[in-house]
Amino acid sequence: MLESYLSLFAKATFVENMALAFFLGMCSFLAVSKKVETAIGLGGAVIFVLAVTCPANQVIHEYLLREGALAWISPELAEVDLSFLNFLVFIGTIAAMVQIVEMVLDRYSPSLYAALGVFLPLIAVNCAILGASLFMVERDYNFGESLVYGLGSGIGWALAVIALAAIRERMRYSNVPPALRGLGITFILTGLMAIGFMAFAGIQL
Amino acid sequence: MQFLRNTLDKVEHHFEKGGKLESMYALYEMGDTFLFTPGSVTKKGAHVRDSLDLKRMMITVGIALQPVILMAQWNTGNQALSAIASGAPVRDDLQMSLFQAIFGELSASAAADMQTSVIASFVLGLIYFVPVFLATQVAGGICEAGFSIVRKHEINEGFLVTGMLFPLILPPTIPLWQVALGIMFGVIVGKEMFGGTGMNVLNVALTGRAFLFFAYPAQISGDKVWQAVGPDGYSGATWLAKAASADPATITYNGLDSAVMGEGAGMTLSWMDAFLGMVPGSMGETSALACLLGAGILLATRIGAWQTMLGVVAGTALTAIGLNAIGSDTNAMFAMPFWWHMVLGGWAFGMVFMATDPVTSSFSAKAKLGYGLGIGILVVLVRVVNPAYPEGMMLAILFMNLFAPLLDHFVIQANIKRRIARHEA
Repeated sequence: MLESYLSLFAKATFVENMALAFFLGMCSFLAVSKKVETAIGLGGAVIFVLAVTCPANQVIHEYLLREGALAWISPELAEVDLSFLNFLVFIGTIAAMVQIVEMVLDRYSPSLYAALGVFLPLIAVNCAILGASLFMVERDYNFGESLVYGLGSGIGWALAVIALAAIRERMRYSNVPPALRGLGITFILTGLMAIGFMAFAGIQL
Repeated sequence: MQFLRNTLDKVEHHFEKGGKLESMYALYEMGDTFLFTPGSVTKKGAHVRDSLDLKRMMITVGIALQPVILMAQWNTGNQALSAIASGAPVRDDLQMSLFQAIFGELSASAAADMQTSVIASFVLGLIYFVPVFLATQVAGGICEAGFSIVRKHEINEGFLVTGMLFPLILPPTIPLWQVALGIMFGVIVGKEMFGGTGMNVLNVALTGRAFLFFAYPAQISGDKVWQAVGPDGYSGATWLAKAASADPATITYNGLDSAVMGEGAGMTLSWMDAFLGMVPGSMGETSALACLLGAGILLATRIGAWQTMLGVVAGTALTAIGLNAIGSDTNAMFAMPFWWHMVLGGWAFGMVFMATDPVTSSFSAKAKLGYGLGIGILVVLVRVVNPAYPEGMMLAILFMNLFAPLLDHFVIQANIKRRIARHEA
């Protein structure tokens, strides 16, 4: 039991890294990676939102949206299949969670709130977060698994964005060709980072 | 010497501002500073007075690489001859024809005779090594020079070392166009796009090698023929590649003596052979002894950081001991003791020459220790847990290259915090 959770966690963090294996959540990955401190803040927010929304969506999917999920209310509803609402409802949950994170940050850490700026509300449409919920449905994770999966993929994404931020801080004095400065070299860097993460590709857990 | 100096001085005015070859100044400057210590000195402002400049540093690494290069040539030839002696077909290529023109027709019995001769092995290895080396130098050098001329920075000795490291981590039979492609990717994408020497994020030689590894896995992943012998049909796969797919019950490690794979006689590998480098593999990576000699030079001159090397050794030993204790019934690699990890594959070469790369490793001493530990842990994990890659050194180093700046960041922040606390106290 514990062992399978551990391997799921390792798989979500390294083998199937959201940012560097699936290239999900790219816009905030590229935009909020100029400073390590900000990247840590965003990474923390993403970890929290993923770890909450993934199991929350699992419960909603299991008891409301899945084909035959409503059978627990009355047997007549066993035919009902609401899974076409998956996208809408998942996004709604995510948006609500992001709103909570936003209010908490605004209250307790105004400087981080200001640094994250527009990218904090944009977590709501960060495809890494919706992606985790959809993978959860596709792979039939139970509640415990989706909690571990959400936490693992959040940590993996945060790790990638923090490493990228540290590299970009070191590169501040690099003599990059003018045409590539800024986002151009960051895209190339992301590709090279993905080669580094290939070390884990192919691990069967 | 004086003649060289005079010649260089005579043509110098062509390359200076207003001369007809002004745009080629980078090339002139390269030749001049490679042969002679530059005469120019800083005129104003602060400047570091240290006799260790980039040139001396890179040349020291070049000297430390000499034992590896010599061993690479001898072993490449010796591996091919011993394979032919045990029945492998002779390769039908230019290199072999050249060798046969000098030493006579190769047959199994002739190869067995020649195998004992150091000269024959060495010459055969040289014949295979030199084209790969030249392809690296020409293709990489053109990219480097092109960027230097367009971007008006100097060509420096950085590429000298990269150009030596790269052929050493390739198998002898690699097609030359792949060599050129790999080093061009390494130099352009890995280094020049980031601003040139000293500004790259990933190790240049390993970037090129990783590019080849993922683009042409058939030739370079280590489970195909790695000895310079005939076409398919003879498998000179590395021990690591075989052990990764072997049944654990069939492998026994006899302490520091030897390892046996397979039932009955099976395949025996002596630890001493692996340590000396008499096994198939990439040209320069097989000999741990030659790498140790290089490590001695790097450590004595303090060009390679002992923290990094210590970290790699400790990380490898701890992880391997841990995995030995866990054990596995299906995965033979779990049982491999750490002293075997250290002599097989690219471990020694990677630790001495790749991990200690001053540009892509962490800068601060404490972070270097963590960086080395990370490499040591990862290399064993990738080798043992990941069935796709029997050899983990390259990817372990590339992975830790990504996290080196982050380790530095934390060490620096901790330092700042400590000093603020001390100041306020």
